[in-house]
Amino acid sequence: MQIEEIQEDIIAEFSMFEDWMQRYEYMIELGKSLPRIEAQYKTDDHLIKGCQSKVWVHADLEDDKVVFTADSDAIITKGIIAILIRAFSNQKPADILAAKTDFIDEIGLKEHLSPTRANGLVSMVKQLKLYALAFETQRQPEKKG
Amino acid sequence: MFDVAEIRKDFPILARMVNGYPLVYLDNAATSQTPRQVIDVIVDYYSRYNANIHRGVHTLSQEATDAYEQARTKIQKHFNAAHAHEIIMTSGTTHGINLVASGFSTFLDNGDEIWVSAMEHHSNIVPWQMLCERTGAILRIIPMDENGELVLQPFRDGLSERTKLVFCNHVSNALGTINPIEELIALSHSAGAAVLIDGAQAAPHIKADVQALDADFYTISAHKLCGPTGVGALYGKEAWLNRLPPYQGGGEMIAEVTFEKTTYAALPHKFEAGTPDICGGIAFGAALDYLNAIGMERIAAYEGELLDYATAELLQIDGLKIFGQAPGKTPVISFNLEGIHPYDVGAILDKLGIAVRTGHHCAQPIMDFYRIPGTVRASFSFYNTREEVDRLVAGVEKARQMLS
Repeated sequence: MQIEEIQEDIIAEFSMFEDWMQRYEYMIELGKSLPRIEAQYKTDDHLIKGCQSKVWVHADLEDDKVVFTADSDAIITKGIIAILIRAFSNQKPADILAAKTDFIDEIGLKEHLSPTRANGLVSMVKQLKLYALAFETQRQPEKKG
Repeated sequence: MFDVAEIRKDFPILARMVNGYPLVYLDNAATSQTPRQVIDVIVDYYSRYNANIHRGVHTLSQEATDAYEQARTKIQKHFNAAHAHEIIMTSGTTHGINLVASGFSTFLDNGDEIWVSAMEHHSNIVPWQMLCERTGAILRIIPMDENGELVLQPFRDGLSERTKLVFCNHVSNALGTINPIEELIALSHSAGAAVLIDGAQAAPHIKADVQALDADFYTISAHKLCGPTGVGALYGKEAWLNRLPPYQGGGEMIAEVTFEKTTYAALPHKFEAGTPDICGGIAFGAALDYLNAIGMERIAAYEGELLDYATAELLQIDGLKIFGQAPGKTPVISFNLEGIHPYDVGAILDKLGIAVRTGHHCAQPIMDFYRIPGTVRASFSFYNTREEVDRLVAGVEKARQMLS
């Protein structure tokens, strides 16, 4: 599935919730199902700065696609990163770089998280895109060669 | 009589709705709310007599100068300083600490010792580390125990003629512990060391008498005392303030300037370079008036009852642990739910309109001591109610159910 389609699915899912509590309960569930990062990657190098809770993200390139794994010590944060990973994992680096992030607003995450917490969210998106950029840059010389 | 319902009417912000619920503001240790009486003073200043101070011959400038200097006198009286010129107007507690740290860099030698307590705010650790880097002085730590109380014995044993400075908060921002600063000051003085007390967290709850305490320096922030942000005061004994070199150069702090030499102004202006937050200073004075009209003793008595009630109620919750259980505490409760990150609890409470602080509270060494990433901190003020405590308890219980 394309990133855009996945994002539309996520928006559709979130639109079914009547209040914040259902939305949070869903995020907590998502957090619990997050693909756990391997212990060897839970290091300071993989920490995202700017979050109140700890967030580790690792990326691998498998068959031209970026596969993200992550973990956090806070469950709601895990839910947020799980949503981001669902949208961006198993995608080509160029597609991740080009992807819009408006869906975060549309599912009421950014709006309902205070600016200091939203900074964490912004940092997470930025980190996913940085990984994609790194893979994309590595690919460039091959292309030319 | 202490009528909390009447007092709440003074605070417009307390009528706010947050996320569909009436606001329960329990982040008072971060900043207190501002009563109408103080807001009115701010509006009045800008509406009627906004002018630069200490220089103008015109009426507005004189009125502003008078009001600003009256505020200084109010601060002096509130903390029972011997002289008004021992009150240096600052931008807040951190500014006061840096002013003293910077001044002491000229007095310290390689191998001199500075002591700080293990429960300091980062603002009372980092300036001293920087001072030690500049001077070669050594930073030593007064340890704390599991209860969140200072352990003075290592400090007693370690005091010597090398001990030059001791820094401690009157009350810990993360735990609410009231520290034994009387004893700490007496011990430090017996070794000939100067003492700076960070009074930021104590001032809203305890009326410190700097002369009775015999503190050399005592520093506070207005915004924790129902005043505006960006304003504070540093008390310093006259003799110390005369010895310390100026902190910043600029206007206001000079007596005479030629290109050959500048003579510094007398106290307090020597430490007050540039145009200060005039309105903020005046509003700070008004905030002290407001608190004193209610009475600091009555505030402390009411807050004590609220703390006892909240502590007992919160401890009913399964798996809730309170960090900092010293017998002498200001109304601060730092807690965690077993196996749940404080951030998650804070996020749920926010959705319920309840404002608390989560994280390490700028006191990472304390969190390291307890080996936790942070805590949820509910900090109360005299305008909080038992009903708000009940809302907090119900909110924490709700968070526990959702997050377990």
